[in-house]
Amino acid sequence: MNATGAPPRPAPGPSRVYHFPRFERLTLQNGLSLVVAPVAKLPVVTVLALVDAGAACDVPGREGVALLTARALAEGTARSDGAELTERFERLGTALDTSTDWDSTALRVTVTPARLAAALTLLAEVLRTPRFPEREVERLKQERLAELLQQRAEPRGLADDMFGRFAYAADSRYALPDGGTEATVSSLNRDAVAQFYGARYAPGSTTLIMVGDVSADAARTIAAEAFGDWSGPAVPTIAVSDRALRSTRAVHVVAKADAPQSELRVGHVGVPRRHPDYFPIIVMNAILGGLFSSRINLNLREAHAYTYGAFSSFDWRRAAGPFTVATAVRSDVTDAALGEIMLEIERMRADAVTDGELSLATSYLDGVFPIRFETTAAIANALASVVSYGLPDDYFDQYRANVRAVTAADVLRVARVHVRPEQLQVVVVGDPDVVREPLEQRALGPVYVYDAEGRAIG
Amino acid sequence: MRLPIDTFRLPNGLFVTLSEDHTAPLVAVNVWYHVGSANEREGRTGFAHLFEHMLFQGSEHVGANEHFELVQRAGGTLNGSTWLDRTNYFETVPSNQLALALWLEADRMGRLLPAMTQQKLDTQRDVVKNERRWSVDNQPYGTWWEKLPALAFPPRHPFHHSLIGSMEDLSAASLEDVAQFFATYYTPDNAVLSIAGDFDPGEARRLVQEYYGAIAAGTGRPPLPSMQLPPAFGEWRREVVPDAVMLPRLYLAFRSPVFGSDAYYAASVCGAVLGMRRGSRLHRSLVRERQIAAEASAFTFDLPKGSDLLVIDVTARPGVDAEVLEREVAREVDRLRVEGVTDAEVERAVALIETDFITAMQSAGERADKLSMFATYFGDPRLLNDQVDRYRRVRAADVSAFARERLGPDNRASLLYVPQENDAERAAAASLAATGT
Repeated sequence: MNATGAPPRPAPGPSRVYHFPRFERLTLQNGLSLVVAPVAKLPVVTVLALVDAGAACDVPGREGVALLTARALAEGTARSDGAELTERFERLGTALDTSTDWDSTALRVTVTPARLAAALTLLAEVLRTPRFPEREVERLKQERLAELLQQRAEPRGLADDMFGRFAYAADSRYALPDGGTEATVSSLNRDAVAQFYGARYAPGSTTLIMVGDVSADAARTIAAEAFGDWSGPAVPTIAVSDRALRSTRAVHVVAKADAPQSELRVGHVGVPRRHPDYFPIIVMNAILGGLFSSRINLNLREAHAYTYGAFSSFDWRRAAGPFTVATAVRSDVTDAALGEIMLEIERMRADAVTDGELSLATSYLDGVFPIRFETTAAIANALASVVSYGLPDDYFDQYRANVRAVTAADVLRVARVHVRPEQLQVVVVGDPDVVREPLEQRALGPVYVYDAEGRAIG
Repeated sequence: MRLPIDTFRLPNGLFVTLSEDHTAPLVAVNVWYHVGSANEREGRTGFAHLFEHMLFQGSEHVGANEHFELVQRAGGTLNGSTWLDRTNYFETVPSNQLALALWLEADRMGRLLPAMTQQKLDTQRDVVKNERRWSVDNQPYGTWWEKLPALAFPPRHPFHHSLIGSMEDLSAASLEDVAQFFATYYTPDNAVLSIAGDFDPGEARRLVQEYYGAIAAGTGRPPLPSMQLPPAFGEWRREVVPDAVMLPRLYLAFRSPVFGSDAYYAASVCGAVLGMRRGSRLHRSLVRERQIAAEASAFTFDLPKGSDLLVIDVTARPGVDAEVLEREVAREVDRLRVEGVTDAEVERAVALIETDFITAMQSAGERADKLSMFATYFGDPRLLNDQVDRYRRVRAADVSAFARERLGPDNRASLLYVPQENDAERAAAASLAATGT
């Protein structure tokens, strides 16, 4: 007890052991991979069908076809039209959730165990026998164009997309949004979708992940029943160029008249997912801008009150995704906020982090590990990353030891190698009348001004 | 699925709920204070939320921002949020750090004021103003958050005014306001503490007693003005909102039975029939078949006092006029009102709701939050275990009756967002380009 009678801050008790769920891997005769993690907690099972058909596989000029194909899968099969398919899934208490990222397309359903076999049969029907009716493909294309239109008025998504364009060389797939642009999406049609499906969807490029209240034996049996006689072509792996557009710093202002805030993205081409520096990089990023108590957030939010929040991240992809600092700041402090971001980036490279900073980052990443995998969906996503990036089967068993092994010297080394101030591209979605002159005076690099479609206007 | 739920109350009024689950070594701690924007005094809109920020600025034995640091250093996740009628604070931590999470919440419940300074208030005021710019002022359709409650609840009703607050009122907030709000509302008898996950119940009770037992009870909350409202608006209240948006969007709200009432479940199912996922009526008809809308959904606010709101949210396809959008959404609503719903539609909705519920309950933080919610609103966290049954008991006739009574033109409030003139021209040009005409 202290002066006010309050009990002292408690120390932690002994920690309990945690293992990432055991999982089994096997391959059906037709080449389809199966990953099963039995987790008996609540009566649900998540099924995730992972297909090597991400945006990185888009055909040049047809960027967005991977996404459109994924969305069109459940719009009609040999047996049912799209409305019926939706109804058949939803009567099982699940909605088919389809997503496409750079490296893969994932189809997810979560169902109670009694409905698992029926859900898997339906999932197989969608993956194996899509018809891609012209009317529905055209409708989904128009819906995607509506998203792109709305994005022009939405500063966060606009800043992300523009950053890709200014960071990556024009011949890199990463220069354009993963769902394509208005020009490329407009060029898509039913045939482009059917062609993409034929080239990328096959048992050999598909992994079925099942997590939850199901035994490995039962999972194997129903997977074999639903997918065992599926056949398809061999699917080649696609390599993506991750070349940068510029080697010197530049500032890109995307005009949004009268914006009360500037959306900022500051970064450059980062590091591929399977880089040997992965663990020191995630620790370094946690200290720089990955946590609430990171340097960038405490500076921009808590010391200067420029923003509601400021964070940094490495976007992990098979090839090198971007490293970015992202925040939204009051328009009249845009240049000052950028100055502080630059300062924190330089400081990260100048001196070793303190013991306190290092231990905060490593003990957070180590300690939060079990909390990341509370749900069947989260475990399925984690297993999907093992498959998609070709990580070792014991990756999650070694994860915490790998985090704890990172030293302050490692952090300094990776900051100096993987964060390069002279190459930073700065994107500001904001009011050029307010931000342009101060940005020029701050001399971060040449200042270019664009409209919301990315056309140079100054 | 039945979750084990235990409760007790400390002599100072703190209500505690416990729910054990030892499948993983983690535990969630969740505190609901029964105070939200509804309790703000005139001229102080946004204060409940600004106050939530101040709870992360330290307390007698915790430094500014140290709450975040200590929890993250322990390997935990945390946050807080403010709603019309409650404010919550929550951590999920490795189970051997339960004592730390309980101690941190106790220090700020019992001893916040010694850490409050003018400088911290000024900083958080600016942070919140930036939050307002980010989520409302610089976001397409961002003002719907304050415009819809303003339209749906009469002036001086506790739910009428802005939750995020006006810039002017945020500027006016003072340290005296902080002290007064804390003394009035942040008391153990106005709070619920929930613990869910991997813990020893004896140990948890001992810690709660040790950390919270000496915190003094409050002197009672000032009564709110009457929350009671007629079941219907009595008219169709319309507001057209020109905004920096590319596509028209309609928010169409109906007064509906309060959260937790028997009639609420029929209303909730009706919302799911109309706008939950792609098999819903609005999506099937307006997005898929007729291609008038780009997106369509429906949801309830889940307010337990006064009146709840059922809200339809539909965005036009490029080239579709705002008036057409409003007319066609109304036509779908009228059809449902006149024809009623089918058994199959209700089965679909309930099956989806049930899976969503079980899926959410996998997370200790979600469990703890729902326990706090049922304890705060109804004094009984065990109601959590009845939710699936209450949905299963809903029949098509109940949903049809709700639709007949509540979805008519005499019970509508709508916000119709339309592109501002210069944006409209650009949108029209883009839509022509997109369709290739």
